[in-house]
Amino acid sequence: MPRRSDLSSVLVIGSGPIVIGQAAEFDYSGTQACRVLRSEGLRVVLVNSNPATIMTDPEIADATYVEPITSEMIEKIIAKERPDALLPTLGGQTALNAAVDLHESGILDKYGVELIGANIEAIQSGEDRESFKGIVESVGGNSARSRICHSLQECLDAAEELDYPVVVRPSFTMGGAGSGFAHDEGDLRRIAGQGLALSPTNEVLLEESILGWKEYELELMRDANDNVVVVCSIENLDPMGVHTGDSITVAPSMTLTDREYQELRDIGIAVIREVGVDTGGCNIQFAVHPTTGRIIVIEMNPRVSRSSALASKATGFPIAKIAAKLAVGYTLDEIPNDITKETPASFEPTLDYVVVKVPRFAFEKFPGADPQLTTTMKSVGEAMAIGRSFPEALQKAMRSLEKKGVGLTWSGAPGDKDELVERAKVPTETRLRQVQQALRAGATVEELHEATRIDPWYLDQMLRLEEAARALARAPKLDVSVLREAKELGFSDLQIGEITGKSEAVVRELRHALGLHPVYLTVDTCAGEFPARTPYLYSSYDEETEVPAGDKPKIIILGSGPNRIGQGVEFDYSCVHASFALSDAGYETVMVNCNPETVSTDYDTSDRLYFEPLTLEDVLEVVLAEQAAGPVVGVIVQLGGQTPLGLARELEEAGVPVIGTSPKAIDLAEDRGEFGQVLDEAGLPAPKYGTGHSFEQAKAAADEIGYPVMVRPSYVLGGRGMEIVYSESVLADYIDRNAEVSPEYPVLIDRFLDDAIEIDVDALYDGRDLYLGGVMEHIEEAGIHSGDSACSLPSVTLGSEDIERIRNSTEAIARGTGVRGLLNVQYALSSGVLYVIEANPRASRTVPFVSKATAVPLAKAAARIMAGATVAELRSEGLLPATGDGGDLPVDAPVSVKEAVLPFNRFIDKKGEGVDTVLSPEMRSTGEVMGLDVEFGAAYAKSQLAVNSSLPTQGKVFVSVANRDKRSMIFPVKRLADLGLEILATEGTAMVLRRNGVHATVVRKHSAGPGPEGEPTIVQLIHDGEVALTVNTPFGSAGQAGPRLDGYEIRTAAVVRNVPSVTTVQGLAAAVQAIEARVRGDVGVRSLQEHAAVLDAGREALEV
Amino acid sequence: MNTTQNGRGLPGRQEGAEVSEEKGGPAILVLEDGRVFHGHSYGATGETFGEAVFNTGMTGYQETFTDPSYHRQIVVMTAPHIGNTGVNDEDTESERIWAAGCVVREPARAFSNWRAERSLEEEMRSQGVVGIALKGTRALTRHLRDRGAMRAAVSTVETDPQKLLARILEQPTMAGSDLTSEVSTDRAYEVAPPEGVQARFHVVALDLGIKAMTPHRLAERGCRVTVLPASSTAEDVLALDPDGVFFSNGPGDPATADGPVATMRGVLEAGKPLFGICFGNQILGRALGLDTYKLTFGHHGINQPVRDTRSGRVAITGQNHGFAVDAPIDRPFDTDHGRAEVSYIGLNDQVVEGLRLLDRPVISVQFHPEAAAGPHDAAALFDEFVDLMSAQPAPAAR
Repeated sequence: MPRRSDLSSVLVIGSGPIVIGQAAEFDYSGTQACRVLRSEGLRVVLVNSNPATIMTDPEIADATYVEPITSEMIEKIIAKERPDALLPTLGGQTALNAAVDLHESGILDKYGVELIGANIEAIQSGEDRESFKGIVESVGGNSARSRICHSLQECLDAAEELDYPVVVRPSFTMGGAGSGFAHDEGDLRRIAGQGLALSPTNEVLLEESILGWKEYELELMRDANDNVVVVCSIENLDPMGVHTGDSITVAPSMTLTDREYQELRDIGIAVIREVGVDTGGCNIQFAVHPTTGRIIVIEMNPRVSRSSALASKATGFPIAKIAAKLAVGYTLDEIPNDITKETPASFEPTLDYVVVKVPRFAFEKFPGADPQLTTTMKSVGEAMAIGRSFPEALQKAMRSLEKKGVGLTWSGAPGDKDELVERAKVPTETRLRQVQQALRAGATVEELHEATRIDPWYLDQMLRLEEAARALARAPKLDVSVLREAKELGFSDLQIGEITGKSEAVVRELRHALGLHPVYLTVDTCAGEFPARTPYLYSSYDEETEVPAGDKPKIIILGSGPNRIGQGVEFDYSCVHASFALSDAGYETVMVNCNPETVSTDYDTSDRLYFEPLTLEDVLEVVLAEQAAGPVVGVIVQLGGQTPLGLARELEEAGVPVIGTSPKAIDLAEDRGEFGQVLDEAGLPAPKYGTGHSFEQAKAAADEIGYPVMVRPSYVLGGRGMEIVYSESVLADYIDRNAEVSPEYPVLIDRFLDDAIEIDVDALYDGRDLYLGGVMEHIEEAGIHSGDSACSLPSVTLGSEDIERIRNSTEAIARGTGVRGLLNVQYALSSGVLYVIEANPRASRTVPFVSKATAVPLAKAAARIMAGATVAELRSEGLLPATGDGGDLPVDAPVSVKEAVLPFNRFIDKKGEGVDTVLSPEMRSTGEVMGLDVEFGAAYAKSQLAVNSSLPTQGKVFVSVANRDKRSMIFPVKRLADLGLEILATEGTAMVLRRNGVHATVVRKHSAGPGPEGEPTIVQLIHDGEVALTVNTPFGSAGQAGPRLDGYEIRTAAVVRNVPSVTTVQGLAAAVQAIEARVRGDVGVRSLQEHAAVLDAGREALEV
Repeated sequence: MNTTQNGRGLPGRQEGAEVSEEKGGPAILVLEDGRVFHGHSYGATGETFGEAVFNTGMTGYQETFTDPSYHRQIVVMTAPHIGNTGVNDEDTESERIWAAGCVVREPARAFSNWRAERSLEEEMRSQGVVGIALKGTRALTRHLRDRGAMRAAVSTVETDPQKLLARILEQPTMAGSDLTSEVSTDRAYEVAPPEGVQARFHVVALDLGIKAMTPHRLAERGCRVTVLPASSTAEDVLALDPDGVFFSNGPGDPATADGPVATMRGVLEAGKPLFGICFGNQILGRALGLDTYKLTFGHHGINQPVRDTRSGRVAITGQNHGFAVDAPIDRPFDTDHGRAEVSYIGLNDQVVEGLRLLDRPVISVQFHPEAAAGPHDAAALFDEFVDLMSAQPAPAAR
């Protein structure tokens, strides 16, 4: 069937901010879908609140609404755009839930919008546990024995029947949020309690434990002609009990015979037919008993999922793209396979390689959190690697993680065997390393299988690595055959050095002298059966290389590796933009990255894609291979965050041309002394600072600067390890706790500026002219990491003189350090003095936000500048505005607010309680949203709506603030009362409010316990759903008992019950403005394209 | 150890160095065009000759190696890890490994599956099947894709590729090879329906290299299956008074299969319901007067899409054929036995994947609906055959 002719416009819903369980993969899928729909001649209307995405680039859709994904807002968009159809299967659970809401509230019917690619019944029967179970049984499959419960009592009764341990799974939550194993009643009360609250239908499923079973996933596609194909099978190395998003996974499955695999395939196909998945992708998970083979169907997702992105990258079969085509009427056999061009998409990819995905975690950001991996997903990113054997792929994947203490290593002593085996029983982010160390220490495959339930085949493959390492250690000489054998198993030069007592550099020199290099093979969907037309490559120490030769000048762009807190999709955005811009400018672009969730690793994004780890060794080999195949102009390290930046110096030393800001200039900005000199020469003040290579040095520096001080290790992103330190003893403790502080990497100490306005600037510099991209004013005061802080662009309180000072200072820094491309500077404005906090000569996290807020593609311009263009040239070309910049936006320019999304609801401590939610200099947000409107209040309201903490316009507000904040909270709280909200407060706060004429009801503190008549405490009130908003600013510093603890209980209760929570007075002021805007009802919708038209008109008016 | 001769180093073992992995001694694979791959012995030692073909299945090595259609072929598995699930006593498609040689990249050191009885390597050794583990299986596959399936040898005893090449060139080519008699049963045997399934039809199956799963699939559907040797004539078949006749898969060049073609003609003339798979499809084609030809590298895998020309629906199928029938794919055509049409088309390359007579109860497919290994998408073809038998007047139920 060809494309339906009755559709002319389609609304696509994105997945909103990056959160754990729903990350950049939906940018990849949504971008693909939008492009496909547009290429089919359809008008695409997009809604997504996440600015840091390619899909929200104005050229991807015809009308792009960066608006909250709520029924209320989407209805406004539908009313305005009147799309014929809604495609909800490419924006994760968020989009699917939004579609269900729109259907249930009658909005789709009202406006005659047809759901395509999905139908409500299928969504509901796929998601509703009980009906899904019925479907599985009707096709002859098995489900785990289970009970649906709607109350804690029902849960307790059901658990008696099923026997502990039981699995708790809340309905309709993403990433398995709120699920877990309950081993006893205490566990059950805690997990089921939270699960009932998290589920929008207050429903949880309790089920028999299938802990330790083998776990598999199939990715399927179905078309309107009922053709079904399995795109990929995925086997979890970690057996059942660890969320698949947190598991190490392998594609294709390694330990199933054909009969068993076909049985899974048959069940999968029967289930999606029975569920009635309309068209598109779907994912189904199985547990298989390791000794009986009994198969249990766990769940299915009737939409493109995280695993679909992985499967697409693993096979070269673009699930999202094809899902979009199927949704508009095509059948699989009508769609050509992009990679081979000649064969159709109605086939099942076959792999002649092994793919390994490993998750990356951020437990170090949440010190109290329980590190055990469970059925609630906690990882924040992932790396994927491809090799011609499992060991090769595993080794590449582990080194792609770039995380100390997690990867496989042969340095140092392995430790005690029994202790390692014992520790490996509990799944944590370091389990694979423990297994490897245990093998080093002499553990057997049997012992480790007993401890971990990891399939013996995988353990034997790890033993294979260990045996190879031992042979390597014993080899009298590293000759070509010895080295080659190690390289074939994926050993890095670094590991070979560890084993043989040489440095990485010496091993590499030796290897190169022996002419031993990897070759690059193509991901071709067909195991070589047909020629591949798309250069999607991976390295292997294999037979013959498949790198295509060519004369076109090439630029290699290094991506940002696995997503992590502080280095996420924003950097991928910049890399993708660079690729687009350089391709337009006539270069052949070569992308290197190992993150399967991204647009950059779509084989369509760049002319060539290398799916490779971003280590020096792997990058150098790519450069060598590309140089051998044609001219390479240079490598861009500036756009992918700290990962590629950290390679700059060594790449240059190895003779690789690094374009843009020179590695020397990058170092200069990081070097306190040299950078201080740049500031001095330009007459720019910086907070007093010092550097310490040891505690003594740090102490001396802090004494001179004066407490409180801000301390952090050098070369970090996302404020990793950054803290405000109030005393010497805390400083000593800090140095102790931070393993990353070493003589090589000193700790940096800055004066902490209290009560300062923090300002973030992104700018371009070409060596002559500065283009000020945007000036963002933080809503929270200095001391909270810029990534966690909300900000506004244009700034809403800075005067034009301030902006001029910022412009001049930024230019002086750019000139002084020698920036060519992007520069990010953080300032603090305190008592009229503009301090330079830090400067980063690279793309920052805020580049996509600034680009969207000002309708100027900063990353594209930066890439061009790195390749030699000037600001003046780009202005005349039209890539940058002809006049003016982001610092002098027209008066009627829209106001954009960026807000961070924090993952606190994912983490619980070992006691099963939530982790504290107070913001600090350590960044912990996973993503961001953008609220865009004509004035600040409405924009801020949208930003809050988009982070799913809708600010109330009625109900009860609880207020409890630290003494220092009491004065500044009076006015905003009074305003809330005037707007009709009821104020609850603790004793002290209530008294201040009453004396200022604000009526406040006193509630009991948590520490006071319930009253004599059973009067509830504030924490109970929150749990009972009585409170619509909490305002609670922290008292004192970490480690202090008393008020701080009360605040902790309040804040965590708010997180658990999803009550919006304000923790700073500045945040309160912004919240009040937003509530006012909502009460007034002037929160409308406007597309980015419309905003851009306003901006352009304003700019033209300025020119005249 | 260096495993391949690729200009980056010469094979050889370092004095005093231990080989980290327990692996076989050196082995070579030589192609008839002179390309040489170095590797290690896997399975039995010795020397073997055959046509090198690649199989792209990611599962099902046990079924594949025991499929008689692979007789006289050296099978290159494109999936790197082979042997992971060992070998069991249930999934085997015949009584022995028929592949002349097995080429793998990463042979399993340990196997892991609840049904496994022994390792693949033990099985190969005990059956005297020579194999080789080499790193360049992809390069070898691409070579065969571009230049076509060709004669090859694997040897663990010969160290001089040139000498081996000379012996390869003495071997017969697959085109022109009549192999069915070498793989067929020498005496008739019967496969009865499983317990609880009533025998409704009697099917005579001509064993041209039959896979165990095929009579099993018929038996599941209430057929008592009498399997006859390939040399059986139409008279032999009809003497058993079957309700339907089945022509199996098998190795070799269909152009040489004059005996089975004559048998097929006799059965067609008798008007019996008839079903052919793979080689059986080619035999039907020839019996109808159509030509068969050799494909460049054939179809060997379990991900092959075919379109049912009537319903337009796509099935993913297991396939294993180096020859194909030449017939018009876009319209019905006349044959010696009435009008016919192509019932299935291979979507990767528009190859004929099935035939149907329009006026007689006769169907055949080039792919493997019995699916061992492979997806079960086309299993309904067995039902279609049963329906053809049901539609006949007065079925002789036994």
